[in-house]
Amino acid sequence: MLTALFFYLFAGLAVLAGFMVIAAKNPVHAVLFLIMAFFNAAGLFLLLGAEFLALTLLIVYVGAVAVLFLFVVMMLDVDFAELKSGFLSYLPVGLLVGGILLAEMIMVAGAWILNPSLSKLERQASLDPNITNTENFGRVLYTDYVFYLEAAGILLLVAMVGAIVLTLRQREGIRRQDIATQVGRKPEQAIEVRKVETGRGI
Amino acid sequence: MMAANFSEFMTNYGWPFFWIALHSIALMVGLLLVIAYILYADRKIWAAVQLRKGPNVVGAFGLLQSFADMLKFVFKEPIIPSKSDKFVFLLAPIVTTVLALAAWAVIPIDEGWAVADINVGILYILAMSSLEVYGVIMGGWASNSKYPFLGALRSAAQMVSYEVSIGFVIVTVLLLVGSLNLTDIVMAQKGEYGLFNWHWLPLFPMFIVFFISALAETNRPPFDLPEAESELVAGFMVEYSSTPYMLFMLGEYVAIMLMCAMTTILFLGGWLPPFDVAPLNWIPGFIWFLLKTFMVFFMFAMVKAIVPRYRYDQLMRLGWKVFLPLSLFMVVAVASVLHFTKLGGV
Repeated sequence: MLTALFFYLFAGLAVLAGFMVIAAKNPVHAVLFLIMAFFNAAGLFLLLGAEFLALTLLIVYVGAVAVLFLFVVMMLDVDFAELKSGFLSYLPVGLLVGGILLAEMIMVAGAWILNPSLSKLERQASLDPNITNTENFGRVLYTDYVFYLEAAGILLLVAMVGAIVLTLRQREGIRRQDIATQVGRKPEQAIEVRKVETGRGI
Repeated sequence: MMAANFSEFMTNYGWPFFWIALHSIALMVGLLLVIAYILYADRKIWAAVQLRKGPNVVGAFGLLQSFADMLKFVFKEPIIPSKSDKFVFLLAPIVTTVLALAAWAVIPIDEGWAVADINVGILYILAMSSLEVYGVIMGGWASNSKYPFLGALRSAAQMVSYEVSIGFVIVTVLLLVGSLNLTDIVMAQKGEYGLFNWHWLPLFPMFIVFFISALAETNRPPFDLPEAESELVAGFMVEYSSTPYMLFMLGEYVAIMLMCAMTTILFLGGWLPPFDVAPLNWIPGFIWFLLKTFMVFFMFAMVKAIVPRYRYDQLMRLGWKVFLPLSLFMVVAVASVLHFTKLGGV
């Protein structure tokens, strides 16, 4: 009973927050609503007993990715009039993407309704209910799906190298701080004692 | 029928809820009292290093200073800038404080004394402390003013950077323990060599990295660039006054205590006595926990008093070019040692 109550609470708030992401006028508010949607998704994971996934969602998406979103959106100078003028020209593309997503959702839900055993089959194959969720996750991820994991890792590495290559630039004539030389410097190299004669200067 | 239903409801939901609420309130009252005196201790230590007296007027030796400050904050008028985003402006300090307090729910002060002894406790703490950056960003943005905004941008970059190395440090501890539960982490440090069994010795460089990253994560000096008063007045807190300001300060100190408690749990053996011999193991575990936590806090306070503030590029260099490679290397090293020797166990 309590689980159902919390399910409707989290699900309802997630849908509401998701709607507000596209309805909010201020882009920063939109990102804050997105964070609220992530929070409720984490709550839904908790209800499913996937506490590892729930907290990873919070750490990775809310703690890091959404911070960078917020970071970028806060610094943008968004002109709302310009945004609204482009609305009609982007509408067909948006509708197409939305339509494809909707069709996919219907296909997934349809397969589930037509053959209810389908969704549970794979889960029961390799999960052991006696050990913790985290351990189960690790066992499945690093055995059955190890190549997918490696592939995902390589993909992220390529993305990271790409980001570094795009932003790396060498500029001439810049004085950089070299902490090793600063620390390694001795008084003899830095200080010179001179005898200054009166009225002459150096 | 009604009575049976009611008693069933109470045993299933009512009483557990009541007990959790009672535990939480007890923890919160204790924590806030400790925070009041931690604030006082921070000022006293800082003063002693600079050969000043520090707070010494309210109560004997100034012991009631924090309570006087609290009353003063509450009775002052909150000033909200007219061009600010009022809702987000007031939400930010609440977010900071609530998240900082929420993280304490899983901290085991003694064996079985955690309000919620969940089996992903350490991830929960990592999640809560990584969310604390939102209080700072929201406060800085909603103030609609230059200095708070600059402070918010700095803190966003700083807290996200140091979280990465904190995460890797925690991974090395988890590799040794093999569990995400905080009680298991403490119990894994129990052994015949007493304090030499605690993780600070086998994971020595990581202990230092964690300590410094904890300073950066909680915006303590020398990494208090989000509120650098010499350049940004007070950073993201410039526009805050009265109770919202107090909530920010409270959240900050609760987060600092959380980091001290985390250091205690991960590296200093939690509630375990330094040696399991007669006079030492008569002392209850929570006293050891508090003593260790205060010791770590004393180091936090000394660092604040002694070390000058970092420059921003040096801060970023330390996080990304020193701590990240070092902690990444240690993860690989610890994993290799565990895999190729019999120490791993699993």
